[in-house]
Amino acid sequence: MTEKFGSVPVRSYEITPKHLFLSRRDFIKAAGVVAGSAALAACAPSVSDDSQNAAPTPTSSETDELGNPVNSYEDITHYNNYYEFSGSKQAVLPLSKNFKPLPWTVEVGGLVNNPKTFAIEDILKSFPQEERIYRLRCVEGWSMVIPWNGFTLKSLLDMVQPTSDAKYVRFETVFRPKEMKGQGSPMYPWPYVEGLRLDEAMNDLTILATGVYGETLLTQNGAPIRLVVPWKYGFKSIKAIVKIELTSERPNTFWLTASPHEYGFYANVNPDVPHPRWLQSTERRIGEFSRRPTLLFNGYGDQVARLYAGMDLRLSY
Amino acid sequence: MKKFRYTPLQIAIHLYAWSGLAFLIFDFVTGRLSANPIQDLERRTGHHAIALLVLSLLCTPISIIFKWNEPRKRNRTLGLYGFFYVIIHLIIYIDLDYGFAWDMIVQNIIQKPRILVGLLALLLLIPLAITSFDIWKVRLGKNWKRLHQLVYVIAPLAVLHYIWSKKGDILKLQGEVLEPLIYGLVVAVFLILRIPPIKKALASFSFRNLFLRNKKVQPPEQAELEDSL
Repeated sequence: MTEKFGSVPVRSYEITPKHLFLSRRDFIKAAGVVAGSAALAACAPSVSDDSQNAAPTPTSSETDELGNPVNSYEDITHYNNYYEFSGSKQAVLPLSKNFKPLPWTVEVGGLVNNPKTFAIEDILKSFPQEERIYRLRCVEGWSMVIPWNGFTLKSLLDMVQPTSDAKYVRFETVFRPKEMKGQGSPMYPWPYVEGLRLDEAMNDLTILATGVYGETLLTQNGAPIRLVVPWKYGFKSIKAIVKIELTSERPNTFWLTASPHEYGFYANVNPDVPHPRWLQSTERRIGEFSRRPTLLFNGYGDQVARLYAGMDLRLSY
Repeated sequence: MKKFRYTPLQIAIHLYAWSGLAFLIFDFVTGRLSANPIQDLERRTGHHAIALLVLSLLCTPISIIFKWNEPRKRNRTLGLYGFFYVIIHLIIYIDLDYGFAWDMIVQNIIQKPRILVGLLALLLLIPLAITSFDIWKVRLGKNWKRLHQLVYVIAPLAVLHYIWSKKGDILKLQGEVLEPLIYGLVVAVFLILRIPPIKKALASFSFRNLFLRNKKVQPPEQAELEDSL
């Protein structure tokens, strides 16, 4: 069957991942510098042709820590689950064109000592952005490996200082039905709300992402700022956040409200907890043909399993 | 010489039936499927199958309401096309999606009610498809009609499979429930029309009778109506 797929002129996963061609450019630049000649720099195109044969410079962004290659920028920016725009993953991108991610502010409040409203520019300035390559496992049974740029949620929460009563963090997506067509549907409990237990939110893996592949986050990926919690199903990683609130009560989340029989609050990736609709023991990595086994906590058990010590994961799913 | 003639309705049915596969192949060849092509193939063949099956159910009520005899004759074509897409849907699921991993497929059937009802609908469709030819109609006599009343079981099962394949909660009207709900309502209306008093009322009343009230109206051919419903 791979032959069948091979007959497609250019599959999206055949497109060179951006960091690879960027690293090739670095190679070209480096070659130019070494030559130290303006004349040679003018010949850049021919140098570039030669460099096609050279092995790409290994960079941190080629694979995740398990050796899985990252998905292409094309796949990440064209296959999007974003119900604020559409239930169809391919329809999100065209519908997202009307959305204005700037200007943007994020209000951080609730049970904190220093409530603060951040302009997105201040967030980018205040918190050093780092790259995190994470697997993203959707509850629907597909997955990707994505090189995010962002910063830990902990660094932001430390700045506002949660009080001792704070037990949960509640996140809310912007509500703009004029720009986000899907929000006009009465079938969903808008706005999108997600939540984490405070210790989950403070875990070093939990980040607020502002970019992908070193590029500013695009609207279809949750611009300008979104949550990424890699050991949980993708729907926990809420997009286009305008409000972060520390609470003592567990927040009522979007999908838990819409369909309480299938979506748990924790939603940890777990191959042994069946879902009424999708098989969770395996997944299809975007760009791959065969299914692969799903890992407990999406492979991040070493960092997060202790958060759930003593809990029955079959009950708290 | 016998001419091969197709009525506009027949042409429309054949075009619509093949359009599902044609668009799928076109999108596949031109790289228009999403980054998750197997899921696209599964969803689109399933959707087309259910649309064809529900359309086949609508044929007889349309014939009765509009006193237009032709649709009633076309429900077999629509039903067979629907079965054709069901089979493609099944092959994609077993081969492309699960790579003949029977343990996973069995696990799915046991764990997921949506897979179970889908499979049941498919199995029940098989005898109907086989006996859809005239020779069987003659051979089975009265039993043929009885057998083909299985559609009243198959259609709700197929719609249930569709409803449960979508995110959300149909009872709370939350989630991606709008389209499956429409199919569900069509099937429900169709089943309601089967209730004897309603069936009788429908046979004696029709829109066309209403429009032609002042003209001479031919009495409805009661026997034929009874037979077809």
